[in-house]
Amino acid sequence: MAEFEPVLLANISNEDSHTLAAYEAAGGYRALKRILADKSPAEVVELVQSSNLRGRGGAGFPTGLKWSFLPKDHPGPIYMCVNADESEPATFNNRILMEEDPHQLIEGTILACYATRASTAYIYLRYEYPHALARLQQAIDECYDKGYLGKNILAHDFSLDIYLHRGAAAYICGEETGLIESLEGKRAWPRIKPPFPAVKGLFQKPTVVNNVETLCCVTHICDRGADWFKSIGVPADPDNPRDAGSYGPKLYCISGHVNRPGCYEAPLGLTVRELIENQGGGVWKGRQCKAAVPGGISMGLLSADELDCPLDFSGPGKYDCLGLGTAAVTVVDETVSIVDFLHNTTRFMAHESCGQCTPCREGTSWALSMLNRIKAGKGRLQDLDLLLEIGDSIGIMPGTTICGLADGAAWPMKNAIRKFRGEFEEYIRRTNPDGCETTEPVEALQIIGVH
Amino acid sequence: MATVIINGQELELDDDERLNGIQAAARLGYDIPHYCWHPGLSVVASCRMCLVETGRRDPESGEISMMPKLVPGCQTPATDGTVFVTESDKVKQARAQVEEGLLINHPIDCPICDKAGECRLQDYYFEHGQGSRRADLRPFTSRRRSLGDTVTLFVDRCVMCSRCVRFTREITGTGELYVEGRGAGEEIDVFPGFPLANKMAGNVVDLCPVGALGDKDFLYSQRVWFMKSHDGVCAGCSTGCSITIDENQDRVYRLRPRENPHINEWWMCDEGRYGYHHVHSEHRLAGPQQFDAEARQYVNADWSRLPTELDKKFTAIAKRWPGSVAGVLSPHLSVEEAYLLAKYLRGVDPEATLVLGPVPVEGEDESFPQGFTIRAEKCPNRRGVEAVLEYFTGRVATFDDLLPDVAAGKLHAIWVSGGYRNDWIDEATAESFDAADLLVVQDLFDSPLMQRAHYQLPAAAFAERDGSYVNVADRLQSFRWAIRPPMGVRTEGSLLWQMSAMPGMYRAGEVLAEIAREIGYFSAAVEEIPAVGVDLKVNLLV
Repeated sequence: MAEFEPVLLANISNEDSHTLAAYEAAGGYRALKRILADKSPAEVVELVQSSNLRGRGGAGFPTGLKWSFLPKDHPGPIYMCVNADESEPATFNNRILMEEDPHQLIEGTILACYATRASTAYIYLRYEYPHALARLQQAIDECYDKGYLGKNILAHDFSLDIYLHRGAAAYICGEETGLIESLEGKRAWPRIKPPFPAVKGLFQKPTVVNNVETLCCVTHICDRGADWFKSIGVPADPDNPRDAGSYGPKLYCISGHVNRPGCYEAPLGLTVRELIENQGGGVWKGRQCKAAVPGGISMGLLSADELDCPLDFSGPGKYDCLGLGTAAVTVVDETVSIVDFLHNTTRFMAHESCGQCTPCREGTSWALSMLNRIKAGKGRLQDLDLLLEIGDSIGIMPGTTICGLADGAAWPMKNAIRKFRGEFEEYIRRTNPDGCETTEPVEALQIIGVH
Repeated sequence: MATVIINGQELELDDDERLNGIQAAARLGYDIPHYCWHPGLSVVASCRMCLVETGRRDPESGEISMMPKLVPGCQTPATDGTVFVTESDKVKQARAQVEEGLLINHPIDCPICDKAGECRLQDYYFEHGQGSRRADLRPFTSRRRSLGDTVTLFVDRCVMCSRCVRFTREITGTGELYVEGRGAGEEIDVFPGFPLANKMAGNVVDLCPVGALGDKDFLYSQRVWFMKSHDGVCAGCSTGCSITIDENQDRVYRLRPRENPHINEWWMCDEGRYGYHHVHSEHRLAGPQQFDAEARQYVNADWSRLPTELDKKFTAIAKRWPGSVAGVLSPHLSVEEAYLLAKYLRGVDPEATLVLGPVPVEGEDESFPQGFTIRAEKCPNRRGVEAVLEYFTGRVATFDDLLPDVAAGKLHAIWVSGGYRNDWIDEATAESFDAADLLVVQDLFDSPLMQRAHYQLPAAAFAERDGSYVNVADRLQSFRWAIRPPMGVRTEGSLLWQMSAMPGMYRAGEVLAEIAREIGYFSAAVEEIPAVGVDLKVNLLV
């Protein structure tokens, strides 16, 4: 493969890359002008659909297909929500895009709104991104001044307003219907589906929710075409009719015990090992990799001998992980206890469970209390089976919850215990030699607060 | 016509029926357990207790394809070809897991919980739960805080079904309750300074499937398994909500709404709910008294002699001064009692004056967003009594119409029925009744008029009567007594039955049958009255 030219990060090394002037100098808003002049909204949907762009937010749903679910000839309003509530632990690619190249996102948003006939867009920004907030607001203001936003954009019969909305720091607001509820001023309890947002979303109107990176890709698809986009990445598996392929560039985050943590752009399909060795500069301090998270902690865990897992939409699934997620790889070196790892992920999920569905609310908290006890040296071997049972029974996969947060809580539990059961058992036997075999209920530990 | 397949059995639904899995399964006798779903509230599908397997039968081939994952029955519509499996091992395991989850943080303080005995968490545990506890043992916690004047929250018992929250948002539109916190730390709460204070607040206690919301009025007063429940009708206002009266040994402990799609759906107002305390008031008249003119004081009267004695006196006066007998028919009387009284007085004196008793009105009708209305008219049966009056006198004369004749001394024998809860007559009005030769007053409490009565008869309260009320929308509901009246009190119905020389015990049903035959307005009541009552308007030519 030839040397990969960065696409999404192409502009960020330029001086003042966040300004309109720098963005335009690098070819920004070229696609917008051409599309508004040459193509109808339906043609843009067609273009994105033919590019096989899949959502970068975690689920990998085909973006063009999502747009095509909007009711035809709807009198409006149709809303666009930009999901910038990037809360998955170890994920920070949207942050870089918004802080360093906000116009790329805004151009993509305008193009997506043109395609979906939305006249209002909301950028739902994570509370913890104040720098992105300032940069995005500045970029939006510049666009209004320049006529890229507002009434009759570039003298075409197309108007758009973008509002920047700052969240209040809750992981669940990254779930698309939780985000919609939160935007409406309500508690971010994800909605039951159907109806899907495309039919009844924000303020009961048809709504599209797209991730920041997805919309940045839209900018480049509109600029360079679907064929160019499909020349990057991994083609669909001809033997698997359900595989829609993994095309395009992707921003990978690598963090944890590597020499060069950071956000790197590469075509989809890079393996975890390549990412660690090439972009990440190898495991730090000369240690060995013990395990790696493939795409944010909710996607599960890869063991050291599964590092050849390709980071495309169908790769992690082949290694019993939940999916590609946000493609944020966290490397865990050999000194780390998997008990600690699982305790930490479970603590996060129990804290962030919105508490609507019983299996998630009670399951995550029960799992945490067991892991608290195991960590404190009072574990029972039976706890591992209970944790697996919780892991297997919560989430939208078994159908017991409304949203996917519970799946994200379940996967680290299932992967960590199934792939590292020996270590868990050894830990429990070592720390609780007298009580590890008991199957009777034991006293819960009194822990004040989860933080 | 839609065909739904539930556990292999086919169920036919009409085209206009919109049922979910829970409702459809109930038609065939399958009780799908659920906490958060309530027919009167929006669907949130969050408790996950009603998880079932579902699938679809292909209309062409008849082949059934099942979905791999479980779905909530409450959220899944029963449409043509929908398949529900509610009793498979997979479903049972999911139920057991949800039940287990709910019990992890629950204090399990059933011995001191008011809900014990009618608690879903308890019932479902026995029916669907795991055999033994697998979660860690926790020390008992029982935090309690007041949400308002009438409702208290036992924080740790809550299963977060959010029914109460949705009730205050969707039914009353007041939105006092909300969910505070996140995950397993969630709690129901009110915002400081904004207590649960709407006029239907008590419904949240009925809605609560567990013992989290306690009714301060009922709290710790009775274990539910000691009480017997009786269908009744609220007498608090002219809406006439269907209610359940819970009593033990002739003492009412609690009123609850009884589902009636035509009147109150699932709700009742707090005024009605707590409006039973007068039944057990120590100020109620305890026994019949008659005025001894010679001794100038009241002496105890004997119920067994009273019917004959009163009949004699009324007959004598009617003979001596025809047209001088009058009856005041209280809107608190049942239809049957009003009919018997009117019929008796007209039998004694065909020219007897009959009027409607004072109709208590407080404020204005108050409607809630969902449609429930608390009426200003604080009596249960004005419409029914009016219809009886119209039948006997051709018009509805009011109490005020009667007063000039009373003051002028034209009326020699007057029977006043009461049943009022509050002071309903002032001293000056009562004074004009001094002119009567015979004044019989049957009422719950003492009043200026009672002080002038020659016969003071204690009346029965609503929970003690048999009979029927007609509400403001012309719906007639029949009810039986829930408690026996206190010693010394006879119901109006049984007294008037005997005065009308009817044989045996008072049988309200027979009287209503006669009324239905005699009075066109009541003709729809000729059949047995269903629990939800009958609409009398159906036979009216409007």
